Amino acid sequence: MNHPILETARQQVLEQGIGLTEAQLVDVLRLPDDALPAALELAHQVRLRHCGEDVEVEGIISIKTGGCPEDCHFCSQSGVFDSPVRGVWLDIPELVKAAKETAATGATEFCIVAAVRGPDIKLLNQVRFAIGRIREEVDINIACSLGMLTRQQVDQLASWGVHRYNHNLETARSYFPQVVTTHTYEERLETCAMVKDAGMELCCGALIGMGETLEQRAELAAQLAALEPHEVPLNFLNPRPGTPLGHQDVMDGKDALRAIAAFRLAMPRTVLRYAGGRELTLGDLGTREGLLGGINAVIVGNYLTTLGRPADADLNLLVDLNMPIKELQRTL
Amino acid sequence: MTDRGTQRAAGPYCGLCGKPANGETHDGGGLPPSDTHLKCARLLMLEPPRFCVACGRRQKVQVSPQGWWASCSRHGMTVSG
Repeated sequence: MNHPILETARQQVLEQGIGLTEAQLVDVLRLPDDALPAALELAHQVRLRHCGEDVEVEGIISIKTGGCPEDCHFCSQSGVFDSPVRGVWLDIPELVKAAKETAATGATEFCIVAAVRGPDIKLLNQVRFAIGRIREEVDINIACSLGMLTRQQVDQLASWGVHRYNHNLETARSYFPQVVTTHTYEERLETCAMVKDAGMELCCGALIGMGETLEQRAELAAQLAALEPHEVPLNFLNPRPGTPLGHQDVMDGKDALRAIAAFRLAMPRTVLRYAGGRELTLGDLGTREGLLGGINAVIVGNYLTTLGRPADADLNLLVDLNMPIKELQRTL
Repeated sequence: MTDRGTQRAAGPYCGLCGKPANGETHDGGGLPPSDTHLKCARLLMLEPPRFCVACGRRQKVQVSPQGWWASCSRHGMTVSG
């Protein structure tokens, strides 16, 4: 390894545990292809030293699909666009069944997601009832992703035992207005701040490959790092029919791997999770490279509206890589 | 009833795009089986069928971590294997 930014990262991130700055991250994202293996190897060492060898496994499910009033240009669940996704509400027995199936894979996290601007009373009641039923029958941590919250809603979720809340930044502040016009970056940050204030773990993710520049990708990583989330799910755009980004090209696999390394070098201690779009962007080989390049968590099985790799494929890969699955720890 | 990928090519309509799977277009044109549906077939490995393969209607679809179901108002429910 002789590229200057990687030598800097070895000293700064690996040895001292200090994430790279936005300007330094641009250098990582601009590394030539022949430096990519060294960047991934360094990111893997950083992950092992600062996070350990465990991999956190999670399942996610949509409790309310489609019909969202927001206009996130990547999202097939927006009611603003002509997407083939129809509105569906999931009933409680199905939700409990999914939680059981998820726990059976060894997953420690089960995230209940709704396509909404923010939860109304009907949704909150449904979520409260679902949490109670899941906790009665399944030994798994419950997370939620229900859009923007009020302070009261944050406190309610925390009191019901939700240990982690997902609310993504998605993209850099400078690119956000190109992707979402129905709410602001600041509104997203407000929910993130309230979640942390209430003592829940913050899961705050990224969606890359939406046409942002490398500089904006670095900006996003730096903005996420500044939030100090417990977890960052890293999504790669899967262009959805009918959405404004439906004709966007799938991002280059090497660029995706550079981003994985960069995000790990920005956030040495954060759970960095493979999320949507990796099958399309990285395939089987790339999935393996990412797990050896800074990733330390996966969403197992399917996503909210699309299918993932079979759970066994990921679990067998973890065995092949000699990476143990993180065991359940009660955090609340 | 069915598993990944197999039921989606079983009917006269494409489960991914909802267009006729026999090569005809919506306007009655006579294009041969197109690359579009070959691409659809590949994409259906990572997608549940949004359209009923029997009639082309848009379906309600629920995806879960280990599977999916799709419901057509006319032809009922299909469940992943």
